[in-house]
Amino acid sequence: MARYLLTRAWQSALTLLLSTIVVFVGVRALPGDPALALAGEDRSPEALDAIRRHYGLDQPLPVQFAQYVERVAQGDFGVSIRTGTPVSSMLTTALPVTVELSVLAIVIASVLGIGAGVLAAVRRGRPAEWFANALALIGLSVPHFWLGLLAILYLSVATGLFPASGFVPLLEDPVDNLHHIVLPAVILGTGLAAIIMRQTRSAMLDSLSSDYVRTAKAKGLRPRAVVTRHALRNSLIVVVTVVGLQLGGLISGAVVTEQIFGLPGFGKMTIDAVFQRDYPVIQAVVLLTAAAYIVINFFVDLLYSVIDPRIRVTGDPA
Amino acid sequence: MTTAAASTAAIVLEMRDLSVSFPTETGTVSAVDGVSLDLAAGEIVGMVGESGCGKSVTGMSIAGLLPGSARVSGSVRLNGTELVGARESALRRVRGREIAYIFQEPMTSLNPVLTVGRQIGEVLQIHERMSRRAARVRAIDLLTLVGIPSAAHRVDAYPHQLSGGMRQRVMIAMAVACGPKVLVADEPTTALDVTVQAGILQVLRDLRDRLGTSILIITHDLGVIADIADRVVVMYAGRVVERAPITDLFAHPYHRYTAGLLSASPKPGRHASTTRLAEIPGLVPVLSTQPDACTFADRCPAADARCRDSAPPLEVARGGPDHLAACWHPCATQTQEANR
Repeated sequence: MARYLLTRAWQSALTLLLSTIVVFVGVRALPGDPALALAGEDRSPEALDAIRRHYGLDQPLPVQFAQYVERVAQGDFGVSIRTGTPVSSMLTTALPVTVELSVLAIVIASVLGIGAGVLAAVRRGRPAEWFANALALIGLSVPHFWLGLLAILYLSVATGLFPASGFVPLLEDPVDNLHHIVLPAVILGTGLAAIIMRQTRSAMLDSLSSDYVRTAKAKGLRPRAVVTRHALRNSLIVVVTVVGLQLGGLISGAVVTEQIFGLPGFGKMTIDAVFQRDYPVIQAVVLLTAAAYIVINFFVDLLYSVIDPRIRVTGDPA
Repeated sequence: MTTAAASTAAIVLEMRDLSVSFPTETGTVSAVDGVSLDLAAGEIVGMVGESGCGKSVTGMSIAGLLPGSARVSGSVRLNGTELVGARESALRRVRGREIAYIFQEPMTSLNPVLTVGRQIGEVLQIHERMSRRAARVRAIDLLTLVGIPSAAHRVDAYPHQLSGGMRQRVMIAMAVACGPKVLVADEPTTALDVTVQAGILQVLRDLRDRLGTSILIITHDLGVIADIADRVVVMYAGRVVERAPITDLFAHPYHRYTAGLLSASPKPGRHASTTRLAEIPGLVPVLSTQPDACTFADRCPAADARCRDSAPPLEVARGGPDHLAACWHPCATQTQEANR
């Protein structure tokens, strides 16, 4: 077990370093000169040189990279070329919004998705399955932004049940915070729930027709124990994989939802930075997105080994 | 436990005219057709037949383990209590406690993500209301009982950490945890090496002797039957075609199908180089109806018009009151030929 963890941790660290290099080089390879973008009206060579010197853009790439890694290791992501604010402080306001939204959405999605998936598998061929399948189809095919707009129209504007936009930090006012974030989280969660439901259902159908489920029934177990302890436990590998991938995607992929609900999150920060060619910010958001994926993957691997003892031995998912 | 030998006459399981059919897209398929069988306390009965002859379905239907689509008729009584059509909650109390199962493939029949101790303990927790800790202690005893060395250590092992034979012993330990009256062993040795097979059969015999459990052993392997069974039921295409004490059956098979099965098994002294093993021509028919004819007629060398017109009843054959066969032309005189 310890060896498995060490291997995975080492692999994660290596992946993180590689993504740092890719991000650094990738941003440099983007067309467009940031100095030119910053210079504004005064485009004289002297002014451009001064800007390049100020931001270290005149140094050779390897030197720039080394300086970059050193600073990042200290939590310093540089200063936004556009606004002059430190990227780290931009992150401290944007990240909590997105993390909270993502976690809440994924919790909602998991509860709905796993529940409906199990139900659809257990009640195969009965109305409950058709109902769950129909809901999943709707969840998959209805775009979030449209659902979000509808929600704002009917639940915020018309009835005033929820605020239409804005955000209150969790620590400032937890109740008001929840009030603001519940609607976007539900909207985001329903689409994800549909995918989790489909995957859970098919994994459960496999488990339910397995020999060990037959054994469990032959032992005289109650249907609930057969489904949860035996079938679901064996289906969790699939479910955890899907949920992990979705959570990683949410960190950077909640852009549309954030935009619609006016949440000052990570997605909005990313879009703005890309449009303004704000190198330090782009580097930071891409690196953090990669890091989020790597960390989530590490925990998913960890969960695999908790769920399935065979993985602890071989080091690979069976 | 010691009364097992004394009460061998007591019938524990009584199957009467058991039929099972499954609705399919092309019509109803009859898997089991009018099977009757008694299981006495402490008796080991072998059920033999080719794949698809309905022996596994018969075994599964005893404790109502067939899928919901199966249509079961007839009667299965456990100590007089009717099980066919019984409520699911009543069946759950019977399963694992009074009627237990061992299946063919121990790797897939055990849950890969739970320790073997947990899986054995589960039965005790539901039926004997044991605590998890007490169940674990009892699981160690059971593992020892089925001949697993260093059971206190192995109780925390996962199925993949054990060998095939060990896994099947775990299955047996799980099955006998509550001291069931009837044990249905569906091809318990088919997936195992021959040497391991012998060990498993010995464990089953020991359990019968110690706990007085009646065992229905389902197999296509006549060698296993010869090794362990007291009586044999031969099934063909969903019907019982012959029923006899073990020695009678091997000495004087009456049904043409049984004779065919026996001559299709290799025997010492009759080498493949001198005589080719006899095979039964044709395939087991899929019964979409229950034809009013002998189901074996199409493959039988002795079949005539009568065989195709009416199904022969399972009657006392000439060998003795315990030897029954369903055949219009039993091969009483040809047994020597069939056995040679």
